This record gives sequence, C-alpha cells and structure tokens, in this order.
Amino acid sequence: MPGFAQTWKLLRRAIAFFVATTMSAAMAGAPATVPDTMAQRMQPCSACHGKEGRATQQGFFPRIAGKPAGYLYNQLDNFRSGRRAYPTMTYFVEQMSDDYLHEIADYFASLDLPYAPPQTVGAPADEIARGEALVRQGDAAHGIPACVQCHGAAMTGVLPAIPGLLGLPRGYLVEQFGAWRTGQRKALAPDCMAKVATSLTPVDITAVATWLSSQPVAVGPAAADTLARPLPIACGSVPQ
Amino acid sequence: MKAPRLTWPRVGALLVVLLLVAAGLVAWLNVAGEDPLTGDANSFVATPEQVARGAYLARAGNCAACHTDRGGAAFAGGKGIATPFGTVFASNLTPDAKTGIGTWSAAQFWRALHNGRSADGRLLYPAFPYPNFTEITRADADALFAFLRSQVPVTQVNRPHALRFPYDLQPSLAVWRALFFSPGVYEPVVERSMQWNRGAYLVRSLGHCAACHSPRNAFGATRDSLELSGGLIPLQNWYAPSLASSAEAGVADWSTADVAALLKTGLTPRGAALGPMAEVVFRSTQYLNDADIGAMAEFLKSLPQTPPHARAAIAVDKAVQAHGEALYKDHCAACHGANGEGGSGPNGVVYVPLAGNRKVLLDTSANLIHIVVNGGFPPTTAGDPRPYGMPPFGPALKDEEIAVLASYVRSAWGNAAPPVSALDVLNAR
Repeated sequence: MPGFAQTWKLLRRAIAFFVATTMSAAMAGAPATVPDTMAQRMQPCSACHGKEGRATQQGFFPRIAGKPAGYLYNQLDNFRSGRRAYPTMTYFVEQMSDDYLHEIADYFASLDLPYAPPQTVGAPADEIARGEALVRQGDAAHGIPACVQCHGAAMTGVLPAIPGLLGLPRGYLVEQFGAWRTGQRKALAPDCMAKVATSLTPVDITAVATWLSSQPVAVGPAAADTLARPLPIACGSVPQ
Repeated sequence: MKAPRLTWPRVGALLVVLLLVAAGLVAWLNVAGEDPLTGDANSFVATPEQVARGAYLARAGNCAACHTDRGGAAFAGGKGIATPFGTVFASNLTPDAKTGIGTWSAAQFWRALHNGRSADGRLLYPAFPYPNFTEITRADADALFAFLRSQVPVTQVNRPHALRFPYDLQPSLAVWRALFFSPGVYEPVVERSMQWNRGAYLVRSLGHCAACHSPRNAFGATRDSLELSGGLIPLQNWYAPSLASSAEAGVADWSTADVAALLKTGLTPRGAALGPMAEVVFRSTQYLNDADIGAMAEFLKSLPQTPPHARAAIAVDKAVQAHGEALYKDHCAACHGANGEGGSGPNGVVYVPLAGNRKVLLDTSANLIHIVVNGGFPPTTAGDPRPYGMPPFGPALKDEEIAVLASYVRSAWGNAAPPVSALDVLNAR
C-alpha cells in the first residue's frame, strides 16, 4: 500500500496537471459560455432590424423594439402563415412553435429604447398638413377613419395588438400600404387595414407616410392601455 | 422463298405495328399487378387504433409537408411543388366528397400509394413519392387512410398542375413509369435484426429520405444503385448530403445518441438541421418514438460508406486568406469562436464548430453559401424549444466577400476544401 507521501505526490501532480490544462485552454481562447438569454438568441434579427431591434434612421426595415407584443406575435404568425410575404422572415419563422413566437414577441415588446431622430426632414408644408389631417381627422367623405382612432391619440399604439406608427421609415410605411392594396400583405380577416389602404389615394398615402416619419418620438413612448372608443372598423387582429 | 419486298406502305405498317406494341407494353406495365378494387368508401370502418396509428405514420411520412399549404387547412392541399418540369400541386386529402378523398375506398387509397394511380385512374406524378411509398404495407396504408378520413372535410378544389409540354401529358408519364417505376413490397433482410429492418422501412419507404438524399437522373428519377448518396434538391439549391459517405452526412461513426439528437432535436454537437432538413425535423422526425428513431439510426449507421475521395492540395492565396480571416473575425468569431471551435451554452453546443464541420467542407459549397447568405434557425423541438440562430449576411456582404469568407472557413484550422468563387455565390444566392 502506498504511503501518505507517495499519495500526496500523485495528488499534487494531478492538481498541477489539471490547473495547467485548464489554464492553457483558457489562454488558447477557449470560448466563453454563450449567454442563455433571448438577447443572444435574437442576434439574427439585428442584421436587418438594427441592434436590439431599434432600427436605424436610414434604411427600410421597421423598428420592432417596444411594439405591443400582440402585434409582434400577429406579424410573426402572418409571416409563418403566408399572410405577409418577406422571404427572410418566412424562412426564419416557418419552423418555429407558437410558444417560441410568443416569447420572441414578448422579448422585443419589453425593450424600451430611445428612438433615432425622425427620418423625414424638410418635407413640403402642404404634404405635411394633408398627412396630419388624415392622421388626426381622417377623411369622412371617403370613409377613411382617423389613424388616431385605432393607433392611439399619440400614435404610439394600443395594447395588446395595435402598433405605434411613429419612428418607422417612410419607405417601409409606403410599401406596407402598397402591399395591402395589392394583397401582398394581409391580416386576419376582417382585414381593416386592407380596407383603409384601398380607400386612400396614392397622394394620401405618401402624405401620411411623410407626416408619420417626420415626427420626433419622445423617450418611452408607451402604447396606450386601452382604446378610448370602440374601433371604427372591424379588425380580425384586434378582436373586440 | 422470296423475302417480301420493302415498300413504303409495308415499312409504314411495320412502324405502326411496332408503335402499337410499344404503347400496349407501356400501358400494360402501368397497370400490371394491381390489386382488384374491392369495396367502396362506406365499406371501410376505421378503428380508433388505426386512426391513432395513422396520425403517427402521417408524421413519419411527412404528408403535411406537401399536402398542407402555408397557412392553409391541414391536408387540404394546394401547395405547389416546384420541379424542373413545372409545378405540381399537392391534392386535397381531407374526406370532402367533392374535392377531397371522401368517396375513395381503402383499396383506391392503397392503389395511390402502392401503384401511383388515383381513384379516377389517372397516373400520378412522382413528385408524390410513390416510388418510395410503394413499399408501405397495406396495414399502414389503411391506418393512414383511417387517419385522413378522420380529418375535418375541407372543400378546396385541387389546382391543376402547371407542367410544361410534354410532361403535362398522361402518355409521357406512362412512359416514365414504364422506364423508372415498378410497384414493390418491402422484403425484410433476414440476416438483419428486426430493428434494422424497421429502420430500413422507415428510411426507404415511409420517410422517403431518398427523395432528397439520392441523386436523380435527367428524367427526375432517383437512382436505386446510388441509394442515399446525396442529391441536389431541384430548384432549391440545397444539397442533401450523402448518407453513405463519411465525408458528407454518413453516420457510421456517430453514436446512436447523436443520430437520435439530430432527428429529435435538430441540434447535435457536430451540426444543426437547417433549410429543408429543419423542416423534416420540425414536421416529422421529432415526433417519432425512441424505438423508431433507434431503428432509423441502426439502419443509417449500417449503410456502406464510400471513403472520402482524395483532394488535391489546395493552393491558399495569402492575400485572400488574410481578407477572409479579417471578415471572419468581424462577423463570425463572436459565435463560432476564434478558431472555428463553436460556442456552447449551459446545456451544450449552440453554435456549431466550423473546424472539421462536414457541411462546411462539402464538394458543393451551395449549403455553406446558403447559410452565410440567409442565416437561419434550427427548428423548435421539444428537445431544443428556444433555438439560437444565425444572422443573414447576404445584405451586409458582397458576393466577393462571401466567397472570400467561405474560402477562408473551408481552409482554416485544418479544414482543406477547395475555395468558393463569387460566381458560386451568385449561383447559390
């Protein structure tokens, strides 16, 4: 039977070996543990939607940070179900469970991040005026409700599923209207925005997009908790 | 005796006779050996066990992958399958009497799977993989029929196929079938275990793995002699790697646990299921029970492996290598590690290693380019419900940069695969 001294010698060697190997692994740049967070899991989204989904002042892609979770989930499901068409989005979500889509929506909805300054500057005054009139009053003669009736008096959205429309790129806004008019973008029936988009003239659409994208957004533009009045038009994505 | 003189009318008559004989032969080959159609829709009474079994088999066969359209009702068809010959639209399998299979008998359903002929007698296009399904047992066919008949009937008229001439004609299809299809029955290999035979049945027949993982000839027929030796999926530009090669996706030297992990969770320490395989895991294999997964693993591990072919030493351009390394550091190293060693979370590998990664090293760089350009997430599964993903680099990087980056990844850290050109990237995008 080995004596204590011999055992201790072996043990010491083992400890030295262990320390040396772990040290050398660390020095060779052994990878740090990947964080077990949604922020890490959602890295792919920032390629287009910007860091933490906050988007940028330039560019086309919409901000997703801080949008109501119900709205974000509906959009993820729309891409998965073919009601919206954007190949990268479809490719990302088509093999995802409802649970994960909800978690993704909740994660981006929970981010409260500052907005970049407005994208549109120096737009013609008459275009701005027409846009603001449509946003605040609508156009009763043509059956167009005011945007604020659904998207909130501050246009920052209404929980749980109506998005705020400030801080979005003008090109993105115009394209969404176009997509609704051509049937490229759909929502759960009845598709209220399709109805609105087809009632607006192209001039109206650019005016609204110009006004929306020229508004500065204050810090923490929380969506309203509830609608002030019932929706003026039936929306499948906002059951009442 | 004097030989008959060759005159034009005689030659013509001979040709007509030969044509008629050939046509007769083709017609006969298309219906030879069919079982008699006995019974009707009402004479089939499903047991609850059959319905449950059929639901499981429908997962194993991934019927919904084609027969459920994006956002459409389950099994109501309508999804277009793009082929080099045009688009084939999957049919309505719900028990609707007018537009689905509500009036079909079990024998007609069996004939569709086993002989590739519809209830109305039309020949079916092999985009519906009956060259594989032909070996499904009658008991399994009946269970599938029982399950489909238990679905909610959906009235949705089948879309006519959009195939080019002459592929749109039934006689063309009859000739194709005479050349490339014959009905078959799965014959168990007696020297092999029951488990191996079960795996072979699932892989070869119901799972129709060969539909993607086998090469196809110019007529779109899979080649049995090259079973599961890899194939480029038509029009998708994804390469389904060989399951019979240690250099591609062969699993002979994998543990059964790793094979099971790939099929059940979509993620293993060696690689993740992305693209078309992510869909297979998401809709099909993750739902298979452990016995069937184990059986598939045993069969796949037994496939004879082609040894990797020798590659000529690659000439590494120093400047390209340096550019590639810089791009890798900027865009990839944070997740895949400075030396392509991958990244692990608390529960194991989440970012797969690139050093020694077979997907990276395939002869065809299509999959690597796809993944760099489009990124992607492995499927959500019970075993990996919250997958990590890869960003798309297509928007940020030019074709030349993606080529340089891919070439670097294919040649660094002991990797030794030929470089990728900007043209390869353009072709695969």
